[in-house]
Amino acid sequence: MAEEHVAPPVRRGLGGWLLIAMPYIWLLIFFLAPFLIVFKISLSQVAIAIPPYVPTFDLSEGWQAFTDGLGELSLENYVWLTEDALYWKSYLSSVTIAAVSTFLTLLIGYPIAYGMARAPQSLRPTLLMLVILPFWTSFLIRVYAWIGILKNEGLLNQLLLSLGLINEPLVILNTNIAVYIGIVYSYLPFLVLPLYASLERLDGSLLEAAEDLGCPPWKAFWKITVPLSLPGIIAGCFLVFIPAVGEFVIPDLLGGSNTLMIGKTLWVEFFNNRDWPVSSAVAVILLLILVIPIVLFQNQQQKMSEKEG
Amino acid sequence: MTRGPTWFNVTSLVVGFSFLYLPIVLLVIYSFNDSRLVTVWGGFSTRWYASLLENDQLLDAAWVTLRVAFTSACIATVLGTLAALVLVRSGRFVGRSLFSGMIFAPLVMPEVILGLSLLLLFVSMDQARGFWTVMLAHTTFAMCYVAVVVQSRLVGFDKSMEEAAEDLGCPPVKTFFLITLPIILPGVIAGWMLAFTLSLDDLVIASFTTGPGATTLPMKIYSQVRLGVTPEINAVCTLLVGLVTIGVIAASIVTKRQQVQRERDERAAFGADS
Repeated sequence: MAEEHVAPPVRRGLGGWLLIAMPYIWLLIFFLAPFLIVFKISLSQVAIAIPPYVPTFDLSEGWQAFTDGLGELSLENYVWLTEDALYWKSYLSSVTIAAVSTFLTLLIGYPIAYGMARAPQSLRPTLLMLVILPFWTSFLIRVYAWIGILKNEGLLNQLLLSLGLINEPLVILNTNIAVYIGIVYSYLPFLVLPLYASLERLDGSLLEAAEDLGCPPWKAFWKITVPLSLPGIIAGCFLVFIPAVGEFVIPDLLGGSNTLMIGKTLWVEFFNNRDWPVSSAVAVILLLILVIPIVLFQNQQQKMSEKEG
Repeated sequence: MTRGPTWFNVTSLVVGFSFLYLPIVLLVIYSFNDSRLVTVWGGFSTRWYASLLENDQLLDAAWVTLRVAFTSACIATVLGTLAALVLVRSGRFVGRSLFSGMIFAPLVMPEVILGLSLLLLFVSMDQARGFWTVMLAHTTFAMCYVAVVVQSRLVGFDKSMEEAAEDLGCPPVKTFFLITLPIILPGVIAGWMLAFTLSLDDLVIASFTTGPGATTLPMKIYSQVRLGVTPEINAVCTLLVGLVTIGVIAASIVTKRQQVQRERDERAAFGADS
């Protein structure tokens, strides 16, 4: 994403190299190496031991052991993932839930971003602050707050009952509907912010021209505002979709036992079944599923900044 | 796009912001509920706040969380600022795209994967888990957020001031502390705050990387929430929301003031010449 700011090659002394080395080495140790370990463990066998797996190969035993180990690598865990329907169902339902929630977030977020972009100039920083503030307050707390609202004897049902709209409490908590509400609510700022940024830059004179030429407002909106805000729509949708696929807290607290999401499956596999190799394999596949949208997102960002630059 | 407010815009803003704030407001209101039943209003009371003060487990967890958040935010800010400088200033070097990949990947990586992978690293290093491992894990993902925030500040930075200082014989380290750092400081402070709140907030990564004796507040809240909603948890959450809100508002006032001060200084400096 940052490639467009690359400065020309510079001569650098020891200080320059040190500057690069410190964050670089940190990330190599604490970000890249762990992934290689996950990959390695996803290829090893489960065992009742601490740690609960048999390492497939041990680097400290030298090259010979390494090449021997390569022969013994097993794809058993991956085969297992395809055999047990639980896993592919979890992947599928994660992607579906994330896609539906992204669409709902867009439906709710667009009017908000639109309203913000059309608000008087002096109000906008405050509105922006109001959108960002919930993001700073704990994610867990915001999800938790919904439990009190959505449960059977919760505030929403009390309100609807007292208004006489329903005769008996609606079951919302522990269903997929609650998960949708949770995801839309938690990720709304991620969609509103990029959308607002692209709507705010929109040239109002285009809309005036359209209206002068007799275009009805809804048509002007559809033909001018929406296409011009497309970069914001795409960026916002990715920012909601990508983290939603791997979400754990929302399906766990708001969803029921029928809610399948891969983040939760991984968690259960790891903490309840203590099957480290299989949970590693689940993680590797999840990563592969996410690589496509992440690469698409990066390309889109790059295109956008090229257009601006 | 400036046009008068229409009923549609006003409604969508009112509805949208009520959606964003209503759950939090209800949480705060019900934390003052006297009734033990969370959803039945039994009159105003602060008894849940009083009982918090006697709940040693929660207080311990809060103390662990604050220590982890403070330490990891400080280290993440240093490393993230360095990483931002590397991204913007270091030109091309071997492995540059790997480096920027490693900065941006954690921002979109599911937390379960980050948590799992770091745990497996600590296990294979034979490292006992607890305060330090959570702190290292938080530092790692938080530094990426810091790098992005500081980078955006560095991109719009007038390099000629640094060049002037160096032409006048100022060593690079001194230039950094005298010129670069003060200018990017709002970004660095925002980065620190982001790192701090991300750490305060994190449940998933901490659950994977923690060990005995280092239960963080979100983990404690999470285990209680699974047993059912209690007014005491409402009170803890209200305190956290209040703390963060005050922090964010204070920080925005400080950065705004700094900006005004800086602009005034610059105007004074240039004004003296003409």
